[in-house]
Amino acid sequence: MNRMINEQELHSDRAPGVGKWLRGGDPLIWLNGAAVSVSVIAVVGLLLLLAVRGLSHFWPADVLAVSVSYQGQTRELLGEVVEQVEVPGAQLREAGFELQGPGPFYQRTLMKQGNRDFLGTDFTWLIDEQFGPRRYPLDVLVVERLEWGNFYGYLRAVSRFGEDPVTVAEHGEAATLEAMQALIVDTVAVREEIHEIEQGEIGAINYELERLRLRERGLELEGRLDAAAQADLASKRAEQEASFRALQEQLYTLYDSIKDHSYSAELADGRVVTLPIAKVVRAYQPNAMNVFAKMAMYVERLWEFLSEPPREANTEGGVFPAMFGTVLMVILMSIIVTPFGVVAAVYLREYASQGFVTRTIRVAVNNLAGVPSIVYGVFGLGFFVYFVGGELDQLFFPASLPRPTFGTPGLMWASLTLALLTLPVVIVATEEGLARIPSTVREGSLALGATRAETLWRVVLPMASPAMMTGLILAVARAAGEVAPLMLVGVVKLAPTLPLDGNYPYLHLDQKFMHLGFHIYDVGFQSPNVEAARPLVYATALLLVLIIALLNLAAVSLRNRLRERYKSLEH
Amino acid sequence: MSPFTPRWRHFKDRAATVSVTAGGAGVLVAILLIFFYLLYEVLPLFGNASIEKRSEVASPFASAPLYLAVEEQTEMGFAVFADARGSFFQLDSGRVVLEADLATDLGPVSAVAEESAGKRLLAVAHTSGAVSVHAHEYRLSYPGGERLITPRVERLYPELAIRIGEGPLQKLALGDNDDALLVVAQDAAGALHAQRYNRSENFLTGEVNFDLEILPLPTLAGETADFHIDENLHWLYHIDSKGGFAVINLRQRDGTGKLEVASRGELFSGGGQLSESAMLLGGISLLAASDRAELVQYFIVRDGEGGHRLQRVREFDTDGVSIATLLPEHRRKGFVALGRQGEVQIYHTTSHRRLLSESALPLGAGAAAISPRADALLLVDADGSLRSWHIDNEHPDVSWSALWSEVWYESYDEPAHVWQSSASDNDFEPKYSFAPLAFGTLKAAFYTMMIAAPLAICGAIYTAYFMAPALRRKVKPVIELMEALPTVILGFLAGLWLAPLIEDKLTAVVTLMLALPVGVILFAFLWSRLPLAIRARLPDGWHAAVLVPVVLFIGYASFASNDVLELWFFAGDMRGWITTELGISFDQRNALVVGIAMGMAVIPTIFSIAEDAIFSVPKHLSYGSLALGATPWQTLVGVVIPTASPGIFSGLMIGLGRAVGETMIVLMATGNTPIMDANIFEGMRTLSANIAVEVPEAEVDSTHYRVLFLAAFVLFMFTFMVNTVAELVRQRLRIKYGSL
Repeated sequence: MNRMINEQELHSDRAPGVGKWLRGGDPLIWLNGAAVSVSVIAVVGLLLLLAVRGLSHFWPADVLAVSVSYQGQTRELLGEVVEQVEVPGAQLREAGFELQGPGPFYQRTLMKQGNRDFLGTDFTWLIDEQFGPRRYPLDVLVVERLEWGNFYGYLRAVSRFGEDPVTVAEHGEAATLEAMQALIVDTVAVREEIHEIEQGEIGAINYELERLRLRERGLELEGRLDAAAQADLASKRAEQEASFRALQEQLYTLYDSIKDHSYSAELADGRVVTLPIAKVVRAYQPNAMNVFAKMAMYVERLWEFLSEPPREANTEGGVFPAMFGTVLMVILMSIIVTPFGVVAAVYLREYASQGFVTRTIRVAVNNLAGVPSIVYGVFGLGFFVYFVGGELDQLFFPASLPRPTFGTPGLMWASLTLALLTLPVVIVATEEGLARIPSTVREGSLALGATRAETLWRVVLPMASPAMMTGLILAVARAAGEVAPLMLVGVVKLAPTLPLDGNYPYLHLDQKFMHLGFHIYDVGFQSPNVEAARPLVYATALLLVLIIALLNLAAVSLRNRLRERYKSLEH
Repeated sequence: MSPFTPRWRHFKDRAATVSVTAGGAGVLVAILLIFFYLLYEVLPLFGNASIEKRSEVASPFASAPLYLAVEEQTEMGFAVFADARGSFFQLDSGRVVLEADLATDLGPVSAVAEESAGKRLLAVAHTSGAVSVHAHEYRLSYPGGERLITPRVERLYPELAIRIGEGPLQKLALGDNDDALLVVAQDAAGALHAQRYNRSENFLTGEVNFDLEILPLPTLAGETADFHIDENLHWLYHIDSKGGFAVINLRQRDGTGKLEVASRGELFSGGGQLSESAMLLGGISLLAASDRAELVQYFIVRDGEGGHRLQRVREFDTDGVSIATLLPEHRRKGFVALGRQGEVQIYHTTSHRRLLSESALPLGAGAAAISPRADALLLVDADGSLRSWHIDNEHPDVSWSALWSEVWYESYDEPAHVWQSSASDNDFEPKYSFAPLAFGTLKAAFYTMMIAAPLAICGAIYTAYFMAPALRRKVKPVIELMEALPTVILGFLAGLWLAPLIEDKLTAVVTLMLALPVGVILFAFLWSRLPLAIRARLPDGWHAAVLVPVVLFIGYASFASNDVLELWFFAGDMRGWITTELGISFDQRNALVVGIAMGMAVIPTIFSIAEDAIFSVPKHLSYGSLALGATPWQTLVGVVIPTASPGIFSGLMIGLGRAVGETMIVLMATGNTPIMDANIFEGMRTLSANIAVEVPEAEVDSTHYRVLFLAAFVLFMFTFMVNTVAELVRQRLRIKYGSL
């Protein structure tokens, strides 16, 4: 259409005057174009922001050593540079700083100095003009720990319990670090063993004990708790308790075997401290690492993020349980929503008589897709959790009352609520697919003697399957990112166990679970140490986007395959 | 039977029909269930109270008690008689369980006063002028699974040996808090006396000492009809028999050394004498009824000149019933009023409702009491019968007008819209006003639409009408991709990245908003001045692609010049400038942040629908217009947009519905304070965020819980209606296109 203008312009060789240019509407076209540009930049920029911030977190940053002098006092600092900003001098002076430089702007640096157990805070804002020369000493050691966040310092000695310490002064830098790494490998192995026993075996025993308690209570309620049953229960209980004691013994030995290994290191201010190896996750010297070593470390840390549970109030470690919960919940939701959505759509399109009522229902269903998700959450909480769950508990789980089994938010209710939330989407999409199938196809099938059900099953539904997949894709995309209703019907910030494990009945529908979206909300907004958690939140957000994209892509490719298969039928 | 026999196939067909119909209808009904379930949870809020007779037995007592109370489980009552004896008795059988001694050694009783509604603390005045203080208590135990209530009476402060005046006291009032114990009494001659026992605790031994202080009451005109003390022992409300009141400030003395009278006036506008008065739960509000059927609520407010006045807050419509007895509830700001002819009326102050008006129940003269949960009414007649009623009054504290209009809450200086659903103490007045929440919701939606609507619609116009098809195929999915972006991510970026960024670079953000359109037009103008040879290289419909670097540059330039501009125009601190010069307060997480973040969530919705509408305008319409000599822009404005306007409108409506219901973004990107202020630099609390925050903590089936369900219901209805309008408009559009 714009060709018209260009052709007009071709005939006159000079550009129109300003007034004419304005009246012709050209500037407005440009403005409309700018709206598209802004929207696209916003989307792409957002994704880039997530990617950059989320992915850069795992890169082992160099550690800066610097002396900061202010008002005649000098202190040594060691840490990673997190952020640098320019601030007007006036603002700083108002905050009570004495400035030396010419101004008007001053560089400020946010440094992650770690060592929360010695310095009080992990992060500190500094004014760059107070910096002495910046150094990146090769022997700076970074220790990731289970408690108190990162440690930054210079390694001095490592001592395995019962042996002479390996010191830097005596054995040299490399040997000491090597000794430390060896010791870390050993303790990590023991810690894993401990974890296995605590979570796996002791977890199973506790689960079994709880079941015994419930059986006893159940028998008591039914009035069948006689001496024989009691003896039986008691013997079983004794059995479990005996193996529990054995395991506990084993645990004590394991704990004892690692608790006295230690390492000594010098802080930036010259203090030498001795810390337990048992609390170390990993130790490395980033300034001495080359790019390949850093890449290896990057992959290791990325893998930890994906495969480990969180630690330190969710601000460190991984997000595996949240990822697992998200995917499991979405899968359960899909299993629930697909049949119901398809049956409703088939009914509306193939069986119900088309008229005013059907049309009204169609509009209503369509509109339900626009009802805020929090409303579904409220409904899920009131109806599913308190009403249905409460009734289920009365009927099937009287033994564990007053502790609710299903009468409390959990995985099943979350999946059901989200299934209800996404039901309109599936119905609408399937119905559109059914409407697109030419009636000649149905009539052909019926003419060949097939019954209505056979036509539906053999002809109509297969042809509509790509549309069903579209509906499911949209449903999954919506469900995976939805957080508000889940906050009411089943998500928690920290679930001790996964909802799928080795204890009968394996899939625990009554359990609460973790969710990536809620993890983002919780860590980003409810965490005590937001600054430390922030990079992790970016990484989690990126992961959530990727999972949604992956689920979408999987469904899209499935739909395309189905489409290919039934292509011949559509024409 | 073979699976191919006709009968079997026919059966299968029938079975399929039945099951699909049943299943399909079931699913649709399940969806409708949402509506009805929400309604089912909400309706009890607006229901009235009911009363039904529970029991009637012969009274075990010879006379009517001076004081009557019911315990929590409504199993047992407690009555105090003139012979200084208290009796605990079974409500339903009338059997006396325990006789208690209320300081019989001090002589018979002339008057009894309750400390406050809900506290089981009594002051008993003996004819000798002595006053004793007692507490009645009930211990619950479950021997053998059966509930057993063990009552007892304890005498408190016997060491004080309180004695007021000489001879019997006519009336008294008791106040007891952490600072002091206050007794006000009227002697036989009608004179008032006030004694305060100031509490001091020895923090080494923990021993509590009392110092007696006789308070110098001013002389008051009129004959004393009633008097009350507030909870903080700050005010003494004196009412004379003509309905005149005087409020005495117990903490302030005037020039003559007497206590100061803070406020005076007439209680009743219609004249009449005082028939009954009482303090509402919490000891802040004074309720008074006249013999001319007037029933009013008063409390103290600041008068703006440093003083206080007793303000008439509400009057209740008694329907001509002259009230004889007022019984304040123990847990809520409601009360039961008993009329002279046996009428029973139940009111609630905050919601300003009369929940029950039952006439001519067989109430005789005697003592009455309501249970702590306000579910039972007990009456002991002088004519020797003991009667009880069961009251069903679950949700008196909400009314439609209290939800939406201004309510004068206790301790507020003026009526206000307030949402404050819970507090730590028991006598808190819950404030359920939807107005600030609805305001916040609309405010967030407004700023969202301010940002999203122009971008989405202009973008849609360009994409559908001007953009080259090759570019359109790429751009459309990119913008629609945003729809799949979880709002929790947008919210988190808004709260943790955008909000601090905007706070820090406010000047740059404002500059960007101004410079962007100007810069784009300037660029377009310069572009039109370029030699044709260069311009011709740009294919049609690629403006947007050319503009990407321009927009990026303007954005970069705005942010790079932030500090300099801020220094020039706002002395280096725009935030401070806004606060001091414009007098607007600035929150870090404000409506601007929400608008931008939620705009991102809403843009794809509006864009997608509007783009479809514009794109599907039949091509022959625009060709006709172009052929008649209109420029593309004129064609767009004159032909395309009018034809597509219902589609654009429906996109806007659906976008609005989404903005209204969005939860996570507002939860994370605002401070969630329920204020009513349209200021773009302040936050808000929306209905949806409020639900998300409060539902998990609300007690199931409590008023608060149901009010939150009502909020959900309001949201549901609003979005459902908006979407229906959009859908109807869209359907009409489809019919219109069909005819073209």
